[in-house]
This record gives sequence, structure tokens and C-alpha cells, in this order.
Amino acid sequence: MDCFACYVPDMLSPGTTAQADPPAPVVPLPRRRGIEFTLIVLAVLLSVYGYCDVGVARTGSVPPGAVGYGAGLGVLALLAHLAVRVRAPYADPLLLPIGVLLNGLGLVLIYRLDLETPDDPAAPTQLVWSTLGMGLFIAVVVLLRDHRVLQRYTYVSVVSALVLLVLPIFFPSVNGARIWVRVAGFSIQPGEFAKVLLAVFFAGYLAANRNALAYTGRRIWRLQLPTGRVLGPILAIWLLSVGVLVLERDLGTSLLFFGLFVVLLYVATGRTGWIAVGLLLAACGAVAVGWLEPHVHSRVEDWLHPFASIEAGLGPNQLAQSLFSFAAGGMLGTGLGLGHSVLIGFAAKSDFILATAGEELGLAGLSAIFLLYGLLVERGYRASLALRDPFGRLLAIGLASIVALQVFVIAGGVTGLIPLTGMAMPFLAQGGSSVVTNWIIVALLMRLSDSARDRSGTGAATAAATATATATATAEGIEGGGKP
Amino acid sequence: MTGNGRPMTRYIRHAAAFCALLLIALLVNATRIQLVQARSYDENPANRRHTIARYGQPRGDILVGGRPVTGSKDSGQQFRYERTYRNGPLYAPVTGFSSQVYGTNLLEGAEDDVLAGTDPLLSPLPLWNDFTRSRNPGGHVVTTLDPAAQEAAFAGLGDRRGAVAALEPSTGRILALVSTPSYDPEELSGTDSAVARAWTRLNQAANKPMLNRAVRQTYPPGSTFKVVTAAAALDAGVVEDVDEPTKSRDPYRLPGSSVRLTNEVEGCADASLRYAFTWSCNTVFAKLGVDVGVAGMRAGAAGFGFNERQLRIPFRVSPSTFDTRVDQAQLALSSIGQYNTRATPLQMAMVAGAVANNGSVRTPHLVERTTTDDGHTVSATGQRTLRQAMSPATTVQLRELMTDVVERGTGKNAAIPGATVGGKSGTAQHGIHNSGTPYAWFISWAKADDAMEPAVAVAVVVEDAEADRGDISGGGDAAPIARDVMRAVLTP
Repeated sequence: MDCFACYVPDMLSPGTTAQADPPAPVVPLPRRRGIEFTLIVLAVLLSVYGYCDVGVARTGSVPPGAVGYGAGLGVLALLAHLAVRVRAPYADPLLLPIGVLLNGLGLVLIYRLDLETPDDPAAPTQLVWSTLGMGLFIAVVVLLRDHRVLQRYTYVSVVSALVLLVLPIFFPSVNGARIWVRVAGFSIQPGEFAKVLLAVFFAGYLAANRNALAYTGRRIWRLQLPTGRVLGPILAIWLLSVGVLVLERDLGTSLLFFGLFVVLLYVATGRTGWIAVGLLLAACGAVAVGWLEPHVHSRVEDWLHPFASIEAGLGPNQLAQSLFSFAAGGMLGTGLGLGHSVLIGFAAKSDFILATAGEELGLAGLSAIFLLYGLLVERGYRASLALRDPFGRLLAIGLASIVALQVFVIAGGVTGLIPLTGMAMPFLAQGGSSVVTNWIIVALLMRLSDSARDRSGTGAATAAATATATATATAEGIEGGGKP
Repeated sequence: MTGNGRPMTRYIRHAAAFCALLLIALLVNATRIQLVQARSYDENPANRRHTIARYGQPRGDILVGGRPVTGSKDSGQQFRYERTYRNGPLYAPVTGFSSQVYGTNLLEGAEDDVLAGTDPLLSPLPLWNDFTRSRNPGGHVVTTLDPAAQEAAFAGLGDRRGAVAALEPSTGRILALVSTPSYDPEELSGTDSAVARAWTRLNQAANKPMLNRAVRQTYPPGSTFKVVTAAAALDAGVVEDVDEPTKSRDPYRLPGSSVRLTNEVEGCADASLRYAFTWSCNTVFAKLGVDVGVAGMRAGAAGFGFNERQLRIPFRVSPSTFDTRVDQAQLALSSIGQYNTRATPLQMAMVAGAVANNGSVRTPHLVERTTTDDGHTVSATGQRTLRQAMSPATTVQLRELMTDVVERGTGKNAAIPGATVGGKSGTAQHGIHNSGTPYAWFISWAKADDAMEPAVAVAVVVEDAEADRGDISGGGDAAPIARDVMRAVLTP
């Protein structure tokens, strides 16, 4: 771990500015690709072990697909690793192994649940989507040489994101939520892809306008409220995304977008007033939606009284079953393949996949999964700290925060911490769009962390100083600019 | 200063701290539901995990004569293994049912821990299963039943309503426990709609096939209770010689009342105890009961096991009662097994057994021992003396009286060649103004001529006997069944 420390001090000291950087050091930092390779091998072995364990627990023999499964995951991970070696040699060595491990574990859990529902196998489809996701990972790592290119597409991103969000309205609703687009037998959740696009937009917009936004209007006690002029566009975006999502009855994604926006706004401007406004808006939105929208209202009721349906003699609802599932796991879990999380019924493989992990791997396994996500987010934030261009910094934070918020919203939902909102557990849950999106997020974080550490002079780091200066200057001059 | 100087790093750290807070909230909450509240969630009745685990393995078997009378079949459903029964109706009063929907009763209920594999004694090591989260295979329950006696009793009752209880007097081992009409408990195994229909049908049937008449139904014992009254009279010294006249009138006017008690037979006026017992004189025993008094009769009845509320064999047995808050007239009627005197067939078998076993009543039990799946004994039921019902001297006299009943009295139908048989018949009236069809009773014991001790005591009750009033129906309907059961036990 000494190599982590070697670059941290000068990059992380508070108050470091672009101008204060030492002039282009020529000693290259360690690339640490060997560590990555070792961890990937471990991640693949762990996943294959889980796969075999399910088979042994259920049928007493290693499942016939174990070799193919292991080889498939291994080859994909290896290709991704090679792509990283060639095109992002300085990238963070933990991101890819964490992605491989979570994706592999997700496939194991879905395969395990498939045994309970032989008519409806989901693991093969998920494997195809995972392959596609890792393919896109490779594509992003290979094709996107410099993340700052994305800043050019700030407004293209927001328009595409809104189109993707609006699209499902024209398709029939599935299980109470209008978030699906069905094309040629494939179900796609455009909202998943919109997350990345919105992160790009927020990062681009805020990087360009952060100083304007930081101008304070009125000051109430210690809160510095923003001026009305800059509040407008932000309110508009908030209304649009929240409005669209309420129409689609997808509260989770709405919560995610809004949380993402508030975090980025705070990091960009440092104004606590934004937090106050954000929380106020969120509170108003939540109360109004929770009160007026029956679908959401019932979720809140379930959260407050998870056993109400049992007392009413209707049997346990999904949340109660989920809680039973976690409780049955205890400290060490029942072991893979030996739990009864299938009692949750509908959505056991997607929204409630974590209950299977909790029951069969116990609190120990669940905590390990949470810590893996925590580590993933932490690596994103670390890359952000090391980057010097505001767009890159904000983008890294945005992407990491998407993962953090999404994990919190869905994991908190199925464990009864917050009202349940349908969302996919990143990498673990069944859902093609989700797994593909998460691989894109990891790929972008790889690119960002590579830029942060590449001091060879050809990479983004040296250019970043100029880019930052330009971006800031533009932002101060032209409202809503953002073209470096 | 604004511009590049804005210390974004600081805000990034704040945001990171926020994310860390979310992570901590998740971890704390996971600990809450998986450790702190796990027990209450596990024990929620709506949580089906216990039931799934319970039916996730074959249930242990109940053995009769070394062979299982139960089985398990894999249904492939969520509650996987369903109970099967070999000869279900024959053994239903012993096994009870084990239903996914309606739970368990009788042996299936009383020995559920062993059969389901949850009894901690089945574990190789203490707390082993808590550690491995595994479950022992279901253990087996070895019963004391004699299959030949059981079959003889069941065949003897045929399609009549009634019950038979037989036991080994010297040990208390129950050899037969039959109740008719019976039912097949296998109908209640499983979860499909046929189970619910069977449950409704069996519960609504007028002849109550699920009622275990041998241990859960009390009947007025009628004249068979005269064994108890005779024992009390002999023990109390009210009668010193069974051949002395008893100074009793015929008809006998109940004390403090104008009701006159009569007999079905002649020659009861001032009859000896021997004559009165052999021919079942109501008047004599009513007088003897009054002479013994409430306290003496209560002590005598309690010695045989009446008014005992805690008896388990191992499932609960309904208490047989002898009312002690009575006036003299009621005491007279109670002493001939009427009024509030009520007994289960098992209780009356214990009465016959006490006479056969030198006056001592052994605790009746149905389970010889329980074993693990591979046959190691988990626990064994020891022989215990419940009470001394009467003095050995009284026992000798009562044996003689009961033998007389079979040799020349109302119980000739119970005689078995090559064996000494003692018995007592009874016809119990019931219903409003005794309007119901009388219950035919017979209690007896038998000793093979080449044996030292009686090997079997039995009580038979037939509810819908062909009502030829008088003791004849006890001797006519119930005695042949008792004989068949006793012969089945005596025949090796």
C-alpha cells in the first residue's frame, strides 16, 4: 500500500490550487497493474467458488456450467484488464476488481434464485448483459482518451437524458412503474443511462457556472441563499426531472437525481444555502408526493408499519418477507443456496436481491458487500481529489455519488431504513440496463483516475491546469458556457 | 477569493463524509435487523421458515411391534415431506395426525420434538446444531402396542361406535388403544384443498371420527364401577366376608329421597357381596357406597386414578371423575357408576389392571422409548407405580369375585380356555331420564394358566349396543371383544 501514500500528500493537502502545483514532475508514478491483475483473479475465483457452492448445497455436485461461467467471467475481466493496461495504465487498481467481484456475485445470486424459479431463468440473460457491459467498459477505456471531451457535450447530454426519461411514458407501465421501454423483446430502462448523462451535464454546467452560482444573495443567519437569477435554471431542471419521474412513478430514481444534484451543487459552490434550499425542495416534494400519490403513499405506510398486512390477516408483504429474510441470515448466514428469500416472491432477483445476500451470507457477507460499494465510492472521491480540472472533479464525484446514493436508497429500502423505492442494486441486481450503466460508470472512473495520476505530460493532468483556468474564465465571462 | 481558489477539496471531503454517513447508517441498520431484532422476526408467526424447515426432512416414524406405522413422502412442494400412514384408521387413536395445515395431535403432537428432529437430545453434542445450523434427522417413537391386540379390538368393534383400552397390569404398558369410528389421518397430510375438505368433513361428522374415545371421552361406567365400590367396602371393613349377607333391601330407597332403586335380576335382597357382584345387584352396591361414606368412596376411587387431572400417556388423558360434593342419594347412585361418575375406557382398564396387579396401579404409558434415526435410545419410559388402590388382601377377594363373574355370572362370554379370566360387565344409562341407548361395558383381566401374573387388563365400551336392557348387553356386546383382545395378548 505504500504506493498509495506516495502521491497523496501533495495532491490532497487542502488549499492546493492548480497554480501552486510543482512544475511537471517527470518521475512516473507506479502503475499498479499487477495488483489489479491479482485482485481480478481473486474476484473471479471467489465468484466461481460461490457458483460451485450453490450447486453443491442444492444438488450435492458442482454445477455443470461452472467451468464455462468461470472462463467467461475470467476472459471478460482479463480483456478489460488488458484494455486498462494499454489505455489507462495509471488508473486506480481497485475499481475493476470490485466491479468484477460484484458482477460475479450478482450472477451467483441470480443463478441461485433461478433454482427456485426453473421456468424463469434470469442468469443467462444477465450474463449476456454483463458481457455487453464489460464490452462497453473496454470501449470507453479504449475510445475515450481524455474525459474533458465530455464537457463539450454538456447540453447534448441533458437533452438526451430528458428524452430518455420521457421515453417510457409512451410505453405501457410494468408493475406500477413507467420506466421500461420494450423493443424487440428487450426491456430497457432508459432512466439508468440517463443517470450518467445527467452526471455529465451537472458536472459540465456546474464547472462552468460554479462561481456565478456561488454569488450569494440574501444571508439568513449563517445560511447564504443563492440569488434568484441562478436559481431559475436549477429549479427548472429539478422540476423537469422530478416531474417526469413522478409521472413514471419511479421515486427512487427521482430521489437519486435530486440527491446527486444537491451534492454536486454543494461541492461546486460550497454554499450551505444550496443544501438548505435543496433539502427544503426535497422535503416539499417528498411530502407532496407521499401525500398525493397513492403508489408512493402506500410505500410510506409499508415502511412505517411493515407488519400491518400480517396483523390484517393478509400475510406478510414484500418488505416484511425481506426483513424475515435478513433476520434469518443472522451473523453468518445460512450458506448459499440454503435460504428461503424466494418467499419474497416478485422482484426477489432485482430490487430485493440484497435480501438473498443477507440471508445466505449473513451480516458478515452483507457488510462485506456494503464495504465493497463503500470502497468503490471512496476510489471515485479519491480520483476527484487528485484531479485538477473542475469538470473532472465534479464528474468523478457525480459518478461515485450515483453509486453511493443508489446503494443507500435501495439497500435502505429493503432493510426498512427508508421507504422502499424500486431500484437496482448496482451490479448485483437482475437488470440489463443497470449492469451496463454501472460498467460505464466504472469505466469513466477508471479514465478519471488515470488522468489524475498520469504525470507523463501527455495525459490530462498537465493540460488540466490550463483547462481549469479556461473553464473558469469562460464561466465568469459567459453565462452557461463550458466550452474549454 | 473566488475563481480557482475556491477550496473545492474541502467540499469534496464533506461530501465524502456524507457518503460515509450513509454507509454507516446502512451497516448499523443491517446489524439491527440481522442481530438485534432477528429473534422477533424469526418468531413472527407469518414467517414460514420454521414450517419449511420442519417439513424439509422426512419425519421420524412411530413403531408398533417393531414396524413403522407411519411414513413420509416427498411431495416436492414448499412444505416438502408429507405424512403417510400404514393402516391409518387402526392406529389413528394412537398416532393422531401430522398436518401441514392443522398441526399435530396425540403421539404426533406429544412426541413432535423427537419426530421432527428438534429435540436437543437427538444432537450428538450440546449446541452442535445451533453452531452448524443443521437439523437432526427425525427420531423414532417405539410404542408399547401389541399389534395383534390392537387389530382384535378394532375388528371386534367393527362398525359400532366404541372404544377399547388394554394394558399390561404389571408395567402399565398400553397394549391396545382403539376408538371407532376412526379416520385415516393421511387425509390431513399436505396442503391442497382436499385436506381442508377432509378436515371440515371429519369435524362435522355426527359420529365424531376424530374423537379418541379411549382416552378423551368419559362415559358413565355403570356396573363396572362396582369393582371400585367393592374394593372400598372391603378396604373400609364395611364388608368383612364376601359370603355374608349385606343387610340390603330390594328395592332400595335412596336415603333422603322417595326414589326406589331396583334390580334387573332376582335374589338381590340381603344378598352376599359375592352374589351381588356376580349378578350385579344395584341395590347392594348403592347401600355399600352409602355405608362406606363420601370420604371412603372418594379415597377408594382416587386410588384407582379417578379425579386425576395430570395423567399423560404421553398425550393428555381426560380426567375420570367421582363427584365428592354429593348427598347420600347421589352417593348411592355414584357408587353404582351413575350420577356424575364418569370414566374413560383407559381408566376402567386401569381399574381391572389394579385388581390383576395386587392392588397397585402402574402409570399407563404408550411410548416404550424414543430413538435417534439410527436406533440409539434417546429416552426410555420407566415403570412407575401411580398408586396403591387397595390392600393385597382385598385384591385377592376381588380377583375371586371377578373370576366368578366370568365363570358363572354376566361375563361368560369373556371366558378363554387355558386361562383364568376375571371380569365385570356393565350397562350404563345416560341421557335425559336415561333415554339414551345404554353403553355396554366390559372390563376384565386374564392370566394364562402357565403364567405367574395376569398379562392383560382390558376395558371395552360399546356406545350403540343392541339395547337389550340389563347387564346382559355388557356381557353380550362388550365381553366378546374383551375376550378377543385378551386372547390376542395371551397367544404368543
